[in-house]
Amino acid sequence: MGTPKPEELIQKIDLTPQWPGWMDTPTEIKPGNFCWGAKAKDLDGIGFPNPREWNPGEEDWKLPENWKEIVIEGLRERLEKYRTLKVFMDICVRCGACADKCHFFLGSGDPKNMPVLRAELLRSIYRREFTTAGKILGKFAGARELTMDVFKEMWYYFFQCTECRRCSVFCPFGIDTAEITIIGRELLNLLGCNIAWITGPVNNCYHKGNHLGLEPHAIMSSLEYMIDDIEEYTGVKVEPTFNRKGAEILFITPSGDLFADPGTFTCMGYLLMFHELGLDYTWSTYASEGGNFGFFTTNEMAKRLNYKMYAEAKRLGVKWIIGGECGHMWRVLNQYMDTWNGPADFLEVPVSPITGTRFDNAKQLKMIHAVEFTADLIKNNKLKLDPSRNDHLTVTYHDSCNTARGMGFMDEPRYVINSVCNNFFDMPENTIREQTFCCGSGSGLNASENMDLRMKGGLPRANAVKYVNEKHGVNLLANICAIDRAALTSSMDYWVPGVAVAGVHELVANAMVFKGQGKRTVDLRGEDIPGMEEEEEAEEAAESIAVQEPQEEAAGAAGEEGSE
Amino acid sequence: MELDSLLSEKREEITREWFNLIIQAYPPDTAKFLKNQTNRFANPVGHAISEAMEAVLGHLVEDRDPADVYRSMDGLVRIKAIQDFTASQSIRFIFSLKEVIRKKAQGQHLSGELLELETRIDELALGCFDIYMACREKIYDLKAKELKSMHFRLLKQANLVSEAGDPGSGPVGGNGS
Repeated sequence: MGTPKPEELIQKIDLTPQWPGWMDTPTEIKPGNFCWGAKAKDLDGIGFPNPREWNPGEEDWKLPENWKEIVIEGLRERLEKYRTLKVFMDICVRCGACADKCHFFLGSGDPKNMPVLRAELLRSIYRREFTTAGKILGKFAGARELTMDVFKEMWYYFFQCTECRRCSVFCPFGIDTAEITIIGRELLNLLGCNIAWITGPVNNCYHKGNHLGLEPHAIMSSLEYMIDDIEEYTGVKVEPTFNRKGAEILFITPSGDLFADPGTFTCMGYLLMFHELGLDYTWSTYASEGGNFGFFTTNEMAKRLNYKMYAEAKRLGVKWIIGGECGHMWRVLNQYMDTWNGPADFLEVPVSPITGTRFDNAKQLKMIHAVEFTADLIKNNKLKLDPSRNDHLTVTYHDSCNTARGMGFMDEPRYVINSVCNNFFDMPENTIREQTFCCGSGSGLNASENMDLRMKGGLPRANAVKYVNEKHGVNLLANICAIDRAALTSSMDYWVPGVAVAGVHELVANAMVFKGQGKRTVDLRGEDIPGMEEEEEAEEAAESIAVQEPQEEAAGAAGEEGSE
Repeated sequence: MELDSLLSEKREEITREWFNLIIQAYPPDTAKFLKNQTNRFANPVGHAISEAMEAVLGHLVEDRDPADVYRSMDGLVRIKAIQDFTASQSIRFIFSLKEVIRKKAQGQHLSGELLELETRIDELALGCFDIYMACREKIYDLKAKELKSMHFRLLKQANLVSEAGDPGSGPVGGNGS
């Protein structure tokens, strides 16, 4: 063969355009891929612009006449305010390193879901309005005019990004495409074009303290409901306190843990563990939401919703805060809370009252993740554990994007899981830790009407779960995020049936041995634990004949299917 | 027999051409990616296409276990079913195999065997219809399940339902996070 000659190469060049460029490929807003538009009452409730009833599937979005001006001015304002945005608009060389890293691109095959192209939606407007080359050369310089179709296209695709930042891991310039989506959504927000699944919870949170709009009595009764279940399943009566002044620790968790299974089982896990430790902590019915859907609207709204955490800590006079298992909650806390509402100089650096460990990593924030707290307990041998109680489970761990990429939090959850379960298998390297794939429903996209989109976005993660399911018999997907718990449950149901989803603290509590516990043959879901009946019988038999050796293997039943 | 040996002999060629036809359903940039990225976790769709092709050809040439071929076709149709394709577009891939094989068998006087083979491919296509329908039904089922379970605890607490379902069973959605 040899090296082809120039004449041969020239012959192969096809000069006819094969495919319209992305700017000329019209976007069709397809059902199953978008969420309902923000409702007038919610926009009104939080003082957001342009409250009206509208349907993204219809032609008329009911925008004000000067909508274009509003968007351009909004962009100008943000370019001046956020230097990162200006840099991200200018420095992308379209190398394509990010192109095939997005779970939505991998699952949908739609090139406009390549992060570079999604960002180009906004960049093209930026070039047209704010760069000389774009103004003069237009399309040749990658610039285009902001038309209604372009605006709708931005809306469609900025709500097909979960702000997971996997693409940014691969960008040689460190462009954070999630920030572009964040700004893109802020601009859409200026015209009241957010989605109902986000603005509803934001409105609830602003007025009631949590996304679900639970009032104090509903929060308390929800926990009471769990307390009864816990007593029935374990024989242990836990006694949490609410809004208790002078408690050492304030505990804040996503409200999904209060109402949505399987988050509720995780919540029962916290309740049991804190009770067993005799922890001096309190719940708050005011700071009753760990998550922050405001983060998916505007910077200011995110700040507003976040305010109650420190405010409540101050009001109750606690020393520091523990946060429950959540994903985006931790990105917000870790990266923004101190700047927004800090410094929390009235709080102390978290010191575990059980182990004495000082969490210097939270020196500024004064708040630690429940899994950090638990990992430290286990490391110091403070929990009495019987991991064989989880022997019917073969577990893998999904790194939540925000805890993994947003705060470098990867080993603690694995350490905890490995301490409470005997069968753990990680998914392949390029699908976990920094490179973890999103659940497909983050950043407020876990509505039901966009189920097709969620399944597309969930494919790469599910594909890796399927692999460990087939190879190692994995039947449980553990995680530390409330959205994951809700979203992955549906994702597994579609892609890898037979794999259940659970928070890490559910596994912890199921493996814990409590003081004064009753006969425990069921887990926190009230389901029989395979092998536990036999173990008890074996124990009884062992006691009656007074065998000398400690029995360790009676649990058995490893590898049995499913926890559901 | 002769068609069998033709299939075995040209299996690699057939696989390549069939793959190229299948990925034509996607925009060129995507098709290029599906073809070039060989890591199964970095390219789940490309991997599912290859698996399905391998299983179908394995079934046709080597008479492999039909359960195997349905499992692999499920892997691909399940993806197609949520990718904005219509039902016909979603299962087109199986029919395009006929096109590829016909070309290979041209002028070989194998029409009898070819007809027989195409009937077998049609059988697989019917199976794909079933898979597609089950997938779409699952999507609607998921929506219903999420809505139901989102409200179940609230209803129960409000004493509006009592032991109407099986507490703790079934997945739950919810935006409280």
